Amino acid sequence: MVPTSYYIVLSAILFGLGVFAFIFKRNLITMFMSIELMLNAVNLAFVAFSQALGKPDGQVFVLFVIVVAAAEAAVGLGIIILIARNRQSLNVERVDLLKL
Amino acid sequence: MTLPLAVFFVLAAVAIAGAVNLIVQKHPIHSALSLIVVMVSLAGLYLLLGAEFVAAVQIIVYGGAIMVLFVFVIMLLNAGAEEHTNISKLAGGPGLLLAVALGAFIAATLARSPESVQTAVQSGTLAPTRAISSMIFKEFVYPFELTSFLVLVAILGATVLAQREKS
Repeated sequence: MVPTSYYIVLSAILFGLGVFAFIFKRNLITMFMSIELMLNAVNLAFVAFSQALGKPDGQVFVLFVIVVAAAEAAVGLGIIILIARNRQSLNVERVDLLKL
Repeated sequence: MTLPLAVFFVLAAVAIAGAVNLIVQKHPIHSALSLIVVMVSLAGLYLLLGAEFVAAVQIIVYGGAIMVLFVFVIMLLNAGAEEHTNISKLAGGPGLLLAVALGAFIAATLARSPESVQTAVQSGTLAPTRAISSMIFKEFVYPFELTSFLVLVAILGATVLAQREKS
């Protein structure tokens, strides 16, 4: 069977890739997707520890994380639509003023 | 190598390949499709862990609802390939350094953790869905009710943000 540490290492790799994508990418939507990738990596660690400890708490937390991610995606994409409508661009470097 | 270990390595390789492809691809729709690959392979890993309810929710909510929202917005805004300026190319070096440092930090923490955590074998028998639901509706009932409020506020916020201004 698979040791817990393998899952944690995979989770760390996916989280690192998500951090790198967030810093490197310049498209607002892709940056938002890298946040989702990081949330997924954390969920994997939650389920792996829940399995290792034999308690369902971790899985309950994962369900809450998924609900929060869904709410975040709805509001975040609404904001992205608003930015794209005002700036005619999805490049974050064009979004450097608080004033519209 | 036992069968679960082989399945784990295949799914882990697919997940990492999807995450790398998300970074490599220039067009957001290609990134979104590779993120779906990551999410589906993570759902497979949850099944391997014995968390079948979380796997189903992952497919339905993440792979279904959230990613449909993403693809829908990409098509709505007609997003093109991203452009990189000289300054944004500079962000690659420190970003890579930061990500590697973060991964190394987590690995070092894991290496110093007790033996029981490192070698704990996944038995494949996890608390069933019944235990999860009784925990949600007993110990975590107030957070659960709060999430419904959160989703309501999110719906209102998204509607207000995305509507066109009356002028």
